[in-house]
Amino acid sequence: MTESFLITGATLPSGERADIRIADGRIIEVGRIADAAGATIVDADGLIALPGLVDLHTHLREPGYEQSETVLTGTRAAAAGGFTAVFAMANTSPVADTAGVVEQVASLGTAAGYATVQPIGAVTVGLKGEQLAELGAMARSRAGVRVFSDDGFCVFDPLLMRRALEYVKAFDGVVAQHAQEPRLTQGAQMNEGALSGELGLAGWPAVAEESIIARDVLLAEHVGSRLHVCHVSTAGSVEVIRWAKARGIDVTAEVTPHHLLLTEELVASYDPRYKVNPPLRRAEDVEALRAALADGTIDIVATDHAPHPIEAKQSEWDAAANGMVGLESALSVVHASVVENGLLGWSDVARVLSSTPARIGRLAGQGQGIVAGAAPEVTLYDPSAASEFALDRLAGRSINSPYLGRALPGRVVATFHAGYATLLDGVVQPADEVARRAAALVGGARG
Amino acid sequence: MRHLLSTRGLARDEAIALLDIAEDMAAVQHREVKKLPTLRGKTVVNLFFEDSTRTRISFEAAAKRLSADVINFSAKGSSVSKGESLKDTAQTLQAMGADGVVIRHPASGAPYTLATSGWIDAGVVNAGDGTHEHPTQALLDAFTMRSRLHGAASRGKGLDGVRVVIVGDILHSRVARSNVWLLSTLGAEVTLVAPPTLVPVDTAGWPASVAFDLDEALATKPDVVMMLRIQAERMHGSFFPNSREYARTWGLDDARFSQLPTTTMVMHPGPMNRGLEISALAADSAQSTVREQVANGVSVRMAALYLLLSGERGELR
Repeated sequence: MTESFLITGATLPSGERADIRIADGRIIEVGRIADAAGATIVDADGLIALPGLVDLHTHLREPGYEQSETVLTGTRAAAAGGFTAVFAMANTSPVADTAGVVEQVASLGTAAGYATVQPIGAVTVGLKGEQLAELGAMARSRAGVRVFSDDGFCVFDPLLMRRALEYVKAFDGVVAQHAQEPRLTQGAQMNEGALSGELGLAGWPAVAEESIIARDVLLAEHVGSRLHVCHVSTAGSVEVIRWAKARGIDVTAEVTPHHLLLTEELVASYDPRYKVNPPLRRAEDVEALRAALADGTIDIVATDHAPHPIEAKQSEWDAAANGMVGLESALSVVHASVVENGLLGWSDVARVLSSTPARIGRLAGQGQGIVAGAAPEVTLYDPSAASEFALDRLAGRSINSPYLGRALPGRVVATFHAGYATLLDGVVQPADEVARRAAALVGGARG
Repeated sequence: MRHLLSTRGLARDEAIALLDIAEDMAAVQHREVKKLPTLRGKTVVNLFFEDSTRTRISFEAAAKRLSADVINFSAKGSSVSKGESLKDTAQTLQAMGADGVVIRHPASGAPYTLATSGWIDAGVVNAGDGTHEHPTQALLDAFTMRSRLHGAASRGKGLDGVRVVIVGDILHSRVARSNVWLLSTLGAEVTLVAPPTLVPVDTAGWPASVAFDLDEALATKPDVVMMLRIQAERMHGSFFPNSREYARTWGLDDARFSQLPTTTMVMHPGPMNRGLEISALAADSAQSTVREQVANGVSVRMAALYLLLSGERGELR
């Protein structure tokens, strides 16, 4: 007998109020439910129920960089942020470029039990951009990899990019490109523009992103492949992707929460918390990215959760690491940047943070919505809880959040993954308890 | 004044006050005993993460003439080259009781980080950070212009209406940035002349105009022509084809120099590449202020250290 939950009085993404019953590894009923024998009652009055969030772009850092994050701590952060599935980027050490590494990461995720961990495979051996990694072996492995990315580096060689786009068609894969022309961004420290000139920081010009996206959509068109563009950050990139979609090219794109909210002016403090790649851009870019997410040019929000140890951010700007943690704050930042101003409704949020990322990543058992028969992946969000984002909101190993001390709306109250709670009353559930429930499911399935 | 990190945030009256104190300091340099007791018992650390003998000895002389104890901390051959972080270095200096830190660093913003991090209580003077700012250089340049123009009557004056042409690698120059802000604050009209590759992509917000043609700029008979050093590494970065073409197009050669009015000051922050950005004739002419700039550097740095480290603005004697 597995645990069952009755979530009462929740507001669905559609705006309707309903009770939700989770039992037997499914959402078994949505509506007005009177009979709740044996179920744990969760009062969701005033809370929005979203399908469990799916992050197509997470750095879990394990294996190799466990001082920053592990699969366990990263998925705790996921649970705290309302995520029930994360795609783990390949830039670990060793790089996730073989079946062995992706299977290890997947099994660590299964054992931890906080979220579905779907590894992403490297496109090239060691992320070096020279030779294709064993894409087929990773696809056929127990990890079932469908998304391939050298994220952190651009697959710059156009011939190699073409081959990768073609090759992954064999198993319905997709290449997720980190679009960054390496020569145009040598030593780059921030968005290139008026402010970089004033601050004396080497510029990361928008054209370095846009030119790669333009090349890649044309390559994808030529070979009839699917392309995904990671962390789109400029207004020009939006125009290129809009053009490509109008032309019928099979391209999807993501934007990070931080690129929807923060602008380059923050860099004037030389505070490395704001150092990220691609860099924070101008207010005009933020506006264009918000509009693109609203009109569907950009398909999804993905966090690019990038944990770093304290010392990597306590330094002069040039020496600091790129990246921000983002899982725990993502929903509040989306709320602040595109929901409060009416650009997106909660059903759109469910689309861009759950169903579409699951579809792009070909991830079964996620993003199915809140309907009877769907997988039991549910997030409860309190939109009325506004507060200063503080350390107690962070649940991973690293604290390099740009939002600490900033007022953000809303708060994730509960997360249900695989039918059990990973977050309840805003508290991440104990690791041993979550692991035990996850193991029981695996055992039951083998049963 | 708590720190001196940039000229961007320096108000006109602050800048003029500092230059006036530098006049007092300069007067001390003409005495038999060049030393003031002002900073006796204070410790100034010259924290240099980049080689720069000229700037370091200028600060060292300034601190010593104010009777401060001076510690030179060079990143070369120290624990910094073994991977010690800026934070640990700062905390070491804090533990040693540094009252002032003069920092030269290859990363833009490092002095700002040092001053705002809470790692150290000392007053911080930016002695050049990356491609950002070099405020004491701009102050000594302004001081030099003011002295040439007004002599003994310099006190209290700005540089209103003075037309300054700055020529060279604007993109990578902290000297150019600091001068643009300071000179415009003081009322000067600044024109930047450079190959388009060596100008930042967007200078619309800078209080300066940008031109690519040196001859046109010089034909306006500016009051000051400031030539910037061309770093060797720029010649390999496709910023311009080669040094000969650069010298022909943007160098202050003999022909261009001879066209200038004899009242036009020729400035250079040093060290000079003679024959590249400036000819020997121009550099050694009576119009050249290069040696005055060095001498004035000590006075201006004395003024900066005095403002940062002396308890109150006492009477100078």
